[in-house]
Parts: sequence; structure tokens; C-alpha cells
Amino acid sequence: MTRYLMKRILMLIPLMVGITLITFSVVHLAPGEPVEMQMAMNPKVGKEARERLRKFYGLDKPLAEQYVTWVGKLARLDLGRSFSSDNRPVRDKIAERLPITLALNIIALVMEFGLAIPIGILAATHRDTWLDKGITVFVFVGFAVPTFWLALLLMYLFGVKLNWLPISGLHTLGSDSYGLLRYVGDMAKHLCMPIMVASFGSLAGLSRYMRSSMLNVIGQDYITTARAKGLSERVVIYKHALRNALLPLITQAGLAIPGLIGGSVIFETIYAIPGMGQLFYQAVMARDYPVVMGIVIIGALLTLIGNLVADVCYALADPRIREGRGVQ
Amino acid sequence: MNTVRRFRLLFPALFLFVSACTQAPAPPRSGAHDVKPAYGDALVEGTISDASTLIPLLATDSSSHAVAGQIYNGLVKYDKNLKIIGDLAQSFDISPDGLTITFHLRRGVKWHDGAPFTSRDVLYTYHVVIDPKTPTAYAEDFKQVKGIAAPDDYTVRVTYGAPFAPALASWGTAILPAHLLEGKDITKSPLARTPIGTGPYRFKEWVAGQKIVLESNHDYFEGRPWIDRYIFRIIPDTSTMYMELKAGALDTMPLTPVQYARQTTGTRFTSLFNKYRYPSSSYVYMGYNLRHPLFRDKRIRQALTAAIDKDELIHGVLFGMGQKAVGPIPPGRWAYNPNVKDIAYDPKHAAELLAQAGWREKNSDGILTKDGKPFSFTILTNQGNQQRLLTAQIIQQRLRYVGIDVKIRIVEWATFLKEFVDKGNFEVVMLGWTTTPDPDMYDVWHSSKTNPGELNFVGFKNAEVDRLLVEGRSTFDMEKRKKAYFRIQEIMADEQPYTFLYVPDALPVVSARIRGVETAPAGIGYNQIKWYVPKAEQVY
Amino acid sequence: MIGQYSYFRAVFWPRLARNRFAVAGAIVVLLMLAVALLAPLIVHFGPNEINARAVLDPPSLRHWFGTDDLGRDVFSRIVYGARISLLVGFVAAGIAVLIGTVLGLVAGFYGGWIDNILMRVVDIMFCFPTFFLILAVITFLRPSIWYIMIVIGLTGWMGVARLVRAETLSIREMDYIMAARCIGCSDRRIIFRHILPNAVSPALVAATLGIAGAILTESALSFLGIGVQPPTPSWGNILTSGKDYIEFAWWLSLFPGLAILITVLAYNLLGEGVRDALDPRIKR
Repeated sequence: MTRYLMKRILMLIPLMVGITLITFSVVHLAPGEPVEMQMAMNPKVGKEARERLRKFYGLDKPLAEQYVTWVGKLARLDLGRSFSSDNRPVRDKIAERLPITLALNIIALVMEFGLAIPIGILAATHRDTWLDKGITVFVFVGFAVPTFWLALLLMYLFGVKLNWLPISGLHTLGSDSYGLLRYVGDMAKHLCMPIMVASFGSLAGLSRYMRSSMLNVIGQDYITTARAKGLSERVVIYKHALRNALLPLITQAGLAIPGLIGGSVIFETIYAIPGMGQLFYQAVMARDYPVVMGIVIIGALLTLIGNLVADVCYALADPRIREGRGVQ
Repeated sequence: MNTVRRFRLLFPALFLFVSACTQAPAPPRSGAHDVKPAYGDALVEGTISDASTLIPLLATDSSSHAVAGQIYNGLVKYDKNLKIIGDLAQSFDISPDGLTITFHLRRGVKWHDGAPFTSRDVLYTYHVVIDPKTPTAYAEDFKQVKGIAAPDDYTVRVTYGAPFAPALASWGTAILPAHLLEGKDITKSPLARTPIGTGPYRFKEWVAGQKIVLESNHDYFEGRPWIDRYIFRIIPDTSTMYMELKAGALDTMPLTPVQYARQTTGTRFTSLFNKYRYPSSSYVYMGYNLRHPLFRDKRIRQALTAAIDKDELIHGVLFGMGQKAVGPIPPGRWAYNPNVKDIAYDPKHAAELLAQAGWREKNSDGILTKDGKPFSFTILTNQGNQQRLLTAQIIQQRLRYVGIDVKIRIVEWATFLKEFVDKGNFEVVMLGWTTTPDPDMYDVWHSSKTNPGELNFVGFKNAEVDRLLVEGRSTFDMEKRKKAYFRIQEIMADEQPYTFLYVPDALPVVSARIRGVETAPAGIGYNQIKWYVPKAEQVY
Repeated sequence: MIGQYSYFRAVFWPRLARNRFAVAGAIVVLLMLAVALLAPLIVHFGPNEINARAVLDPPSLRHWFGTDDLGRDVFSRIVYGARISLLVGFVAAGIAVLIGTVLGLVAGFYGGWIDNILMRVVDIMFCFPTFFLILAVITFLRPSIWYIMIVIGLTGWMGVARLVRAETLSIREMDYIMAARCIGCSDRRIIFRHILPNAVSPALVAATLGIAGAILTESALSFLGIGVQPPTPSWGNILTSGKDYIEFAWWLSLFPGLAILITVLAYNLLGEGVRDALDPRIKR
């Protein structure tokens, strides 16, 4: 087990190098510069002012030098300073937004698993019945509906027409003076719609996975054996089949991480939630290279760690790997 | 975004002689209760993007300026009729030769931290603006300054090498607190996140990406604002912002023409909100690359203007909420020449002009040709501006009628500037200018400003205009200036370096519970500290 | 190879035909393709025909789906938009499947360090939040329809590569491949003639799902203003142009929204059906 872990951790190094290279080249191959955005068509900006800014941001140096400087800083966990006019450390900018995105996505992920697993099991155990078919259509509709459209429709329905839920943001103005319970309740109300939309959209992949994993297990010999022993269907399904069908889902959780962070651009924009997605989108539009690179790197790192954790969990759960009879 | 901000002097509007401000009549609320001014409540404004820095000198985005405008003051400002009056300066005088401006500062003004405001702050602001190490976009006007001196704590004297008409307005720039910044690196100052100014509102809190909260400054030198808190809520999507407004979570935002005309007409809406309408300080134009052989002939430029139905654009894109633009100075300004005749929409006339220029034959697609080549060009515009896009599409169809094939290409802003505009790598661009209150437009039209990266990117060169531009900016004599700018407009009308399209209206909406909102040539924001909510209607 | 064909006829088709969802999906898919191909025959108005006097008119006999903010016929735009949206879907998925299949085959067949390197590249690519990458690259280049297709394709091949590799690994060890080797077949011949046809089924399923995914990605990009650029109609940008009018010009968002929903749903159901029909483990 320790050897397996060591091997996995060592393997992170080339992956990290690859990630930094791709990130850096994506950002620097493009035309257009941050300076342009700031000087945008302002009648009172001179040409030297542009040069002054270029120098200030180090854009006048060769690419290779910029890359080395950047990676060097990165190794010391320094993501540089933002190109935007506030010139703040990228780390601060990300740090103030990461918790929101993470919290939101973790809740959404939990919701998603919490719904997808029972739905998948139901579909598998009631295979080819109307229930199975209904579930299939339901989850695929969730996948197929354009997120922002659904979001706007829900907003209009629940926010404007029915006035049940707040439309956007995280808090009601003045919520600072609420007691803890009311404060949390207020926030939960605000998060209702975005989480609903986010988890509905990703239900399909996971519940279908669960369904086929379950079907796969049910078709195995040992389940037939269990049934033959006269165990009740309930025990067979929930005691024997479920545990094994759940195993591959651990890997799915690891794989779900980048999608959750990446997908958040749309609903963070629409629901005015100040998370990483919004920050990223604004940074891209403003050519704020250090922020763009910082977010991509952090997103990739989180995924890397997520995958590692998932794999280790899988290894712990699977005796074949746990006892070193390696599948790897 | 800029509906309810105090008047800023960076890109503001001009004198409007024609009273073009109209106000949608709001039904008076039942007068059962007291509607006397009262302190309290909050004004919640929606803004599309977060501020970047609250040191105005370093900010280039309108969101930052909208917030900072409530926190800081300049030495001068525009009043409701867009006349320059003192702000932090009690008064000012200009020497008869126009070379020296003396500002007499207000006494007893305090920074939000209690320190007194003095001439030292003005000197510091000047020095940091012109410091080459400061990454600011606003140094240009101050480079004309030859000398600056502060004989005492409440007097500042600025001298110029030559009379410079935009000088006075340039001192509307926000004055920064010297006692907190002197000797420090302004780019790393904490003031960017926790500003300290002299303005009607003081900074309370900034939750990144969510809101910026300001509190009224009880010691404000013009009196304590009635409304206690000024809150900017950041809502990046326009549809969301509009729904928040309808749900009552926002008090003010700018409306789009469609929203103004079609979506906010019900009695439910009009009983909760007042809509306002006045000409904005900007115009939209189609600029021709004058270096391009196709557009060198002025008859062709005139023909293109004649082929475009500006009324149709105003009707279709702005739902009638705007007016035709004729030249670089929008109608109603003191420098606007009302005698200049616009080229009227007349496709026949356009065809004649094109024929004179040699475009007579039409090919099988109905496109005009000359020497076998079809008349075809691309309109380039920036991404993210729905109005411009719609405009370009209508123009595309109009020009097709006279046999011109137009393609539209939308480019993201940074690329648009760097790859196309700066390099002169375009045929026609569709853009807008925000006009400054002062008619000086040297940077946009002077032939010396045609280098890459400069603003005369269409490459307009006209010796007479050059001379008039210099004349117009180097005197304070209004009559002389007027004469120069009148003549410039005549030349522009004939030359048509741009097809000037329209001046859209600003369409702010404000919650009906907020009283004291008035439209003036300066818009609605100029008297913001006088806005109030009657005690009985306060909600926050 | 002959065995393959009979398998398809004997097992695959009957299985697929019994799956009503897959059949419904296939019908919608074919219908949409027909609409896209026959667009000019279906509509009465040009998709870019502006009428500034008929802005935002509700649905009527003249304009079945109403008109948009330039007075254009929404029905025509959706019919022509089908061409663009399906093109984006097909090309993007095509690129992804092509890259994924080739790399998967190579990695699985040769193994060793080649496999190692290719799979690490897959790992790296999997780490990136795909939508972020697409967003950044398209903004930095420019939002042309070609870039959109290419970038979506370039960021979507990893799953296919893994599937094809796994399939290749198992086929490689089979007797008939050994036999082919013994009689001196070249690597290329073995890969393309013997392994590819058998490894193609996961790629097929991935392609179907990829088309659906690309259509959705384009609409998300359109929402952010960097999808297919107007005036060229795509379902994504028609829907986006309608989002500001959800309340009073519902037709402008409802119809493109439904077009996307139904089409993506159809591709998914079809893809699912194909996968089930191909899956030997699922016993009927």
C-alpha cells in the first residue's frame, strides 16, 4: 500500500510539469494584451502610458523568461499579482472566492450522489418498467436542457412570479444583523436554485453509471448464488449487490471535480455568486493572465488531488489492491 | 451603471441647451402619509461588474469610478447645467492671459479619517499623476502643467505654458489623501480596498463580487446626505439584474430600450418605479479606414451615409429612444452647430454618388462592380454590445439594397483593439465615443494622432481641421472656440470620415420610494445627496 | 470480419429496435438532419432577413415562431440554426473521436513507454476543467465557428482514448491477432484491419454522446457571448438573444430551448441504446 501511494505521488511531478506548460502556452499564444483593456479607447491615454504599463507587468520580456519566472514563483506558491488595476496578489483574489465555489460544489456533489444513487438503483431493480423509463427521460432532460435557460425560467417562476425564493446573490441585504440560524437559513434559500440547477444537470451521468454498475453486479454469479440460497430480494440487492456496485462510484467522484468547477461559470454568472467561475470569466475577458493561469492551475491541482484521494479510497476498499496483488 | 453617480469629470457630458430631458410621468403615491425628507434607508444600485480599485487614479473601469465618485471629490465639478463650479475649491480664478488658474480651497473639509484637507493633498495628487512610475491613464492633461505651487494651506496656483481650454475640467480629478499615501507605493496602497476620501459617502465594506457598501458622511461639507447607505450590488447578468429589480431587490439600474419601451409599462411597474430618459453623452458611429483605397473617395463615404436610414436604426435598435447624430458633437451642446445639414437617407442619391465614383455595373448577385471587382467590405465591431450588433445587421441589409455587400465580424475587445484598430487593419469599424463636456477633440481628429495605438485610427488628415483643433483648445474665449468647432462640424459633414449614426438616450429607472430625483442636462445623479425616502416608506 | 456482420444482424439490430427510446431518438436525429439539409425548402423567410418594422412580433400564421429583436423570422433562424448547431456537434465529436481512437489504438497496441506517455497526457488533460480551457482558448483566439469546433474536439478526446485503449488491450491478446502476427502482417494492417473494427463500438457511442455535448457547450459559450457569432444563427445564440425577453417575448427563448433539449435528448437516448445493444454483459 505504501509503495502504491509513493508511486502515485511521484507520478504527480511530471503531471504538474505538463499542466503548467499547457496552462502557460494557452494563455500566451493568444493575441491581445491586458494593457489594451485598460487603455481601451480612452482619449486621454498616451502611447508612453501603454509602454509604462507593459513594463510594469513584465510583458516586455521574452516568453521563456516569463515562463521560468512564473513557474519559479509557483513553486513558492506565489501566483503573482493580478494585471487588473487593483494589482492584488492572485492568491488573495482566489482565496476569497475559492471557499464559495468549493462549498457550493461540494453541496451540489453531495446532492447529486444522494439523488443519483437511489435513482440508479431504482432504475436497475425496476429495469424496463415504466419507472425505469421515466427515470431515464427525467435524468436525460436534466442533462439536455441548457443550464442558463433553465436557470432563468426558474428565477422568473420562483423569484418574480411566486416570490418564494431570492433571485440571486448569497445573502439578503441586512442579513449581517440576523441571528446565526436565520443567517444560515437565508443563505440556504439563496443557494436553493443554483444547487438545484447544478445537480439536476449532472444527475444523468452518475445515475446511469449507477444503473449499469448495478445491472452488471446483479448479473454476476454470486448474486445468483445468493438468490439461490433463498435470501430475500431485499438482502440480495442492498447487502450484496449494492456494496460492490458502489465501488466504481468512488472513481466517478474524483472525475466529477473539474466538471463542477468548470461548469460553474454559467450559474455563477447568472445567479451572481462570486465564485471562481465568475472570477475566471472576468479574468479571461480582461486578459488578466496571472489570474487565468492561477485558476486553471488550482483547478487542475484540486482535480489531481481529488483523483489521488479517490484512487487511494478505491484501493483501500478493494482488497485486491489493498493487499498488494496489484491491479495497477 | 452611471445613472446615479455624482458627476464625474473623466468622461462626462456637455451643455445641453435644448431641454431634451423628459421624465415618464409617475403617478403620485397616495398622499395619506408624510413625505417630508427624512434621514435613513438605503439606495441599492445594480452594477454589472465589481469595482477593481477604489483609487480612481488607477481605475479604468466605469464600475470603480461609479463607486469612487461617491467617496472622493475633485477641485471642481459640473453643476446640473454642466457648468464648471467649485467642489473642494471654494472658488477659482483664471488669469486674463489664460495661463494661470488659482484655486481657493474650502476650509474645514475633513478626510473621512478626520485629518484636515489642505493644499498638500492637491500637490500630492498632481505629483503622483505625472509620476512616470504610476500606472495611470490620466496623466495626459496634467503634462500641460508648467508649474504648480501652494502659497498656503488653502491656495493652489497652477500655471500652463500656453492657454489650455480643457485644463479647468481636468482638475475635477479625484484628490487623494496625501497623509496616507505620501512616500508610499500607490499601487500597493490599502486605500485601493478601503478608500478614504472627502465625499458624501464613506466606505464601509466591500464583499468581493457581491456588494460594496457606503455610509453617509455626516460631516459632508455640502450637508449630510438624506439616504444613509449607498449599496452597489454586483450582478453580472443583465437578465438577472432586471429580475432583481422587478422583485424589488434593487432600487436603480439602467434600462435597455426594449425594457423601457415594452417591459416596464404596466401599472404595477410604474407604481413601484420611476423611469427617466435623457440623451446620453455618447454617440455611435461607423468609421471608415481612410487609408483604404475604397474609402479614399469622399463621394463613396457620402453615398454610404445616404444609403443608411438613421431613423430606421433609432426605431429598430433604440425603440425610438435616441436621436440622429450628425457630427462629432451631439445636438444640444454649446459647441453644436445647428446649421450643418445631415446627409438625408436617399438610396437614389447614394446610387448616383456611387456611379460618379465609378461603381455602375452590377454583377449577377446584384452587387456593384468596378473593373470587375465587387463592392464589398467588412464592418468590424466589438463583442458584447448587442446594440451595435443589431445596428450593423440593419446597415448590412440597407447597403445590400444599393448593391454593396457587407460582412460583419465581431471581435473580442482586446483583440479588436490590438490586432485591428491599432494596426489600422480594418475596413470599417462600428464603435461609440463618449463625448467629454469640453468639445476639445484633438486626440481623435488631429493628423498627428494617426500613429498605431492612437485615437485617430481612421487616419483622418485635414490641414484646416488641424489648425481649428489647435485654435479651439488654446483659448478660453467661448466665441472663438465656438467658431472653430462650428467650422469643424461643417467640414466633417462634407468629409464624412465617419457615418455618425445616433445618440442613444440614457434610461435609468429609480424606485418610486426615493424622492427628490430630478432630471437636468447633467442627468439625474447630480443632486444625489438630496434624494430621500419618507420615513413611512423606508425599508432598509 | 464476417462474424462481426452476423453479430450485428443477429444481436445488435434486434436489440436496438426493441429499445423504444433509442428508436425515438434515432427518428428525431434523422428528422433534425433532414431539417438541416432541406432548410431552404422548409422556410419562407431568409434567416437573416431583417424587418425593423416587425420587431418582437408574437407567433402568428405568418411567423410560426414569432420574430426576434430585428424582426427576423424565428422559425427560419431555428431551421438554419439546425445546420450550424449540428455541424458544430458533428465536427467537434468527429475530431474528438478521431484523436481518441488513434491515440487509444496506438497506446493499447504498442504498450510500454508509448502507452505510458500517452496515458499521462490523457491524465494531464483530464485534470483541466474543460469548460475553462475552452472558454479561455476561444476568447483568446476568436469565437469563430471553426475554432469552437476544433477546441471542443481537442478537449474531448481523452475518454475515447481510454475506452479504445482498454478495448485494444484485450483484443491484442486474442488468438486471431497472434495468428495475424505469425503470418507476418504489418503493425498498421493489424491495427486498422483487425483491431479497429472491434474497438470501434465504444468510439461510436462516444461520438453520439459527444455530438450532444458539443451542442450544449456551444449554447453555453453563446450565453457568455463567445459562441457562434451572429448574424449566423445557432440554437445557442438564438436562445441567448431571447434570454432578456423571457417574460414578454417567450417565443424567442422557448423554441430554440426546446430544439436544443429535444435534440440533445435524442442523441443521448440513441447513444445509450447503442451502448446497451453492444454490451455483451447485459443479458436479455
